[in-house]
Amino acid sequence: MTQVRVLVGTRKGAFVLTSDGKREHWNVSGPHFAGWEVYHLKGSPVDPNRLYASQSSGWFGQQIQRSNDGGTTWAPMGNEFAYQGVPGTHQWYDGTQHPWKFARVWHLEPSLTDPDTVYAGVEDAALFRSVDGGQNWEELSGLRGHTSGPSWQPGAGGMCLHTIVLDPSNPERIFIAISAAGAFRTEDAGKTWRPINQGLRSEGIPDPNAEVGHCVHRIAMHPSRPDVLFMQKHWDVMRSDDAGDSWHEVSGNLPTDFGFPIDIHAHEPETIYVVPIKSDSEHYPPDGQLRVYRSRTGGNEWEALTKGLPQSNCYVNVLRDAMAVDSLDSCGVYFGTTGGQVYASPDAGDTWAPIVRDLPAVLSVEVQTLQ
Amino acid sequence: MIRVVLPAHLRTLARVTGPVELQVEGPVTLGSVLDALETHYPVLRGTMRDHVTRQRRPFVRFFACEEDISHEPQDTPLPDAVTRGAEPFLVVGAMAGG
Repeated sequence: MTQVRVLVGTRKGAFVLTSDGKREHWNVSGPHFAGWEVYHLKGSPVDPNRLYASQSSGWFGQQIQRSNDGGTTWAPMGNEFAYQGVPGTHQWYDGTQHPWKFARVWHLEPSLTDPDTVYAGVEDAALFRSVDGGQNWEELSGLRGHTSGPSWQPGAGGMCLHTIVLDPSNPERIFIAISAAGAFRTEDAGKTWRPINQGLRSEGIPDPNAEVGHCVHRIAMHPSRPDVLFMQKHWDVMRSDDAGDSWHEVSGNLPTDFGFPIDIHAHEPETIYVVPIKSDSEHYPPDGQLRVYRSRTGGNEWEALTKGLPQSNCYVNVLRDAMAVDSLDSCGVYFGTTGGQVYASPDAGDTWAPIVRDLPAVLSVEVQTLQ
Repeated sequence: MIRVVLPAHLRTLARVTGPVELQVEGPVTLGSVLDALETHYPVLRGTMRDHVTRQRRPFVRFFACEEDISHEPQDTPLPDAVTRGAEPFLVVGAMAGG
């Protein structure tokens, strides 16, 4: 029987929400890792019962947890994220050079082909890989060793590598994004990297068209079209049709083009979703109305999706990793808010209902479609 | 035998419910007790001290005999009462934030 499993990371633990294919009635388990921040958890595409979770705390640092039974039980894995060689320095808020220092894992991306291989995007920005199910972690240091590395600067949330997109058609190609350095691509499985930020324009940096320094919030790819990328930048929704070599803006008629998440319909690669947020200092929806915007044209033309979402006095945010889609015939769309709600739409965004209303602030949402 | 009291989150990680008892080889110092803790409970590596620098994490404190010894060098001998097991060595999550 078809099942949907929603993995929710929050400021105070992880929750696993499950339902059948109708997605009307939900079972909620958790909190797992109660009291700890769970920035992200995600399942292996090749073994859906294999889950990885990033558990962290300002007091006690980083843990990586792994489940082999779909989130019922968990075991701690390795938590040593050591930068390769001499860590070096990057630019700090005051313009001085600052040593690279590990803070936490923002994002875990399991391999598309091997359940024991998983990538971790960390703060201070670097990419790590484990090939033994999370026990040991090795930095893919070519990224941080890029000549632009010493010029990278943290965004307001820290200098985090928050997005990892694996190309299903080419195991050597990976896209990543860093706040606030920008997007990068490797064609040799992580040995060498190049910035892919041409076409991005950021008014808040000295050279608005600089090669690096852009605050990319999120990148999404449809697996059927790995050369087409969509990006929610700090401001601007962008599109690339050449694997990031060039970008053009597709914000179109959005009420504001600031936001964090962006995602793509499971079966319609030109149908994309964003959640417009009023501004970078006012992290809530315009007019207190929580609206997901959907474009069925790959950008530029957007429609507001409001049915079932609060349309007054709503001042929550939706963070970059907190939106996901399932792959049922009628594509489900899910997102979580900093107010602790997780909303689900079983009909591609036409209607919404909360699965839960009162979790801790939601940091991430991932969905597994289980056949 | 050294008795160590861990904060609740580290007890959960280590899967213990009360104070832990440790045999420490050689001089009983702040560092040797932490080494023994990490040896017996590998999951605690990185939770009290940085993996690389071995420096105490900022919001972790170490108490012994009602003294805060967090800022002492790691080769500092622990008080006799802790060495004899009469008093516990406390690992404390600092009261900070929420």
